[in-house]
Amino acid sequence: MTNKTFNIIITGVGGQGLVTLVQIIDETAFIEGYDIKSSELHGLSQRGGAVLVHIRFGRKVCSPMVSRGQADLIIGLEMLEGLRGSEFSGPKTNFLINKYSLPFMGGLKGEEIIKLLPKENLHLVPASEICKEKLQNEVVSGLYLLGYAIHKKLMPLDEKSVAEAINKIIPPKYQELNLKALKLPHENN
Amino acid sequence: MKKVLLGNEAIVRGALSAGVDFVSGYPGCPSAEIGDEFGKIAKENGVYAEWSTNEKVALEAAIGASFSGLKSLVNMKSFGMNVCSDSLLPLAYTGTKAPMVIVVADDPSCHSSAQTEQDSRVYAYLSHLPMLEPADVQECYDFTKLGYEISEKFNIPVILHTTTRVNHQRAPVEFKKIDTRPMAKGEFVKNPHQFSTMPPRVMEMKKELLEKIEKIRQFAEKSKANEIFGDKKSKIGIITCGVSHLHLMEALLELDLNLPVLKLGFFYPLPEKLIANFIKDKKKILVVEELEPYLEKEIARIAKSVNPKLEIFGKNVLPEIGELNTEKINLAVAKLTGKKIDLNKEKQLNLPKRTARLCEGCPYWHIFPTLKRVAPDAIFGGDIGCNMIAGLPPHDMHDYLFSMGASLGISHGVAKAAGPESKRKVISMMGDGTFFHAGIPALINAVYNKSNPLIVILDNRITAMTGHQPNPGMGKNAMGEPAEELKIEDIVKACGVKHVRVLDPINTKEFEDTIKDFLGKEEVSVIIAKRICALLLKRQAAEQHDQ
Repeated sequence: MTNKTFNIIITGVGGQGLVTLVQIIDETAFIEGYDIKSSELHGLSQRGGAVLVHIRFGRKVCSPMVSRGQADLIIGLEMLEGLRGSEFSGPKTNFLINKYSLPFMGGLKGEEIIKLLPKENLHLVPASEICKEKLQNEVVSGLYLLGYAIHKKLMPLDEKSVAEAINKIIPPKYQELNLKALKLPHENN
Repeated sequence: MKKVLLGNEAIVRGALSAGVDFVSGYPGCPSAEIGDEFGKIAKENGVYAEWSTNEKVALEAAIGASFSGLKSLVNMKSFGMNVCSDSLLPLAYTGTKAPMVIVVADDPSCHSSAQTEQDSRVYAYLSHLPMLEPADVQECYDFTKLGYEISEKFNIPVILHTTTRVNHQRAPVEFKKIDTRPMAKGEFVKNPHQFSTMPPRVMEMKKELLEKIEKIRQFAEKSKANEIFGDKKSKIGIITCGVSHLHLMEALLELDLNLPVLKLGFFYPLPEKLIANFIKDKKKILVVEELEPYLEKEIARIAKSVNPKLEIFGKNVLPEIGELNTEKINLAVAKLTGKKIDLNKEKQLNLPKRTARLCEGCPYWHIFPTLKRVAPDAIFGGDIGCNMIAGLPPHDMHDYLFSMGASLGISHGVAKAAGPESKRKVISMMGDGTFFHAGIPALINAVYNKSNPLIVILDNRITAMTGHQPNPGMGKNAMGEPAEELKIEDIVKACGVKHVRVLDPINTKEFEDTIKDFLGKEEVSVIIAKRICALLLKRQAAEQHDQ
């Protein structure tokens, strides 16, 4: 068990399943005996707009929001949004970014975003592409990234606890798909 | 049992544990999950749950239930308070028979709110109703129960005031699991002396209310909902409430300071003796509250008699605009204590903004561009809901946007101001949910007062923006039962509109021709552009596939 509070920022675009991902990570940390607080947004901010959620777990957590500069891990389900999350990064922050872009008018091109991403502690992973190819479903790319973060020890949680959390949170008929996405990064290695 | 819950789910658990019988509300962000959850679990828990047509009707339904002896809960977002206030104020005078908790959820920083950054706490002053402010998810559960306790003890509705970072916060919560039970039946016992606010009795009622509030103040003085933390001897103290308390505790941890903190669970009536005791030997007090300086003003008033030399800090070191967070409070505490802090340098990325957009397959993709193309010179009134997106790029159509249903009221005024000979058409765009909520009186007004705007009702068969709640136009109620499917065209015709057309906006030619035709009308005209929300269609298909 980590002593220091672990701070996660997850960014993406409304509709990418961020709230489900928060629920799974919260439940996992709860199973492992941590105190947790997370903060998410619903409504207008979810309609295809930029979404940013905060998750904090540790021995005792006060605020549900991560302060700027203090994220331990930034997970970007979309590249530009991952870059936007760097507002919360400090010198030791790990970036786990889905190499996937949802373009919009006036937005940045993929290669422009990559140039702006930090050079160190960056894991740029084509999660959507892999999930589409291996599981015929992009929606679980968040679970793939979660599996990756655990496998690469970017997050102090156990894969078994995540699997337990999935079985609690996800409706039975989608559990297998989510578990597959979670384990895929491990198997790929 | 202990479980990770969303703030809104904890409110539902708290109400269930207090034995709630009757739930009404209107969906809005960030309160909508309360009514959604009740809709799902109502039947097995012996609860009646409804989405009402608007917040005023929702409150009135709960008043009727309370007068009939049923425990009720009303849920709404900030602006709902404005809508229901007409009945809220007399309810304070009559009081309740069975207990009632009214949940109002504000949205500091306007994450999901057009209109204004409203601080609804002012309604406690306006109505003289007790108001509790939970900070975390456990308190969402505990304070909801406390609300019922106070309501039952003093026969007065209690307002539970929350904010986005409380409603949409997740954390482990200790709660009692409730056994299923049959639905309770209420019985109305006549008591016009108590339920009728006619003068001259109404003046007596005001006196009774003010006396009641003083009794509740005594209760608040002893309540565990107000807590004191930290080193009481320090000459610098902090008073806080709501989610700001969590950020403050984080800030004190980061700054390694052990200052005394008075955390107020009661916003109204304030435990004035407790506050007076807390501030009487302090040199400086910092008031940490979001948005308006309501507490700060009250504390300044109390300080006048107990500690006139007290230096009070609040909005001079904390912003009045936008939600608070640990960093902002860090800065304020540092200013007060002279403690040096390392400021996180703001990263200037200046990335292009990704604003909300219409979903893939949204019927509105067929409505906005067509309207713009056919009526390029028109004045467009926007309304609340998914059609707010018409005000964002690439549409950029809104010439004004106010509150639920306001597009039509304002469009009428614009049309009247220009006079009947004006060539510029005024067009109002309004969703089906908004039409039922507040559009109908405005439509009647426009017809009655011989106005001529064109109203396009964007009927996507559901209240979509707030998370797909059923409404009177879709033949289903909040508990999933079949209900009367009200036809918007019938209502529009009954309101006296002569030019009405129902069409599918995907049929561009028909839509264009109708707009052109109605642009020339000298009377009110209505197009009901009816096509199901793309997300709802997908969900219905998935449900059918499962069956």
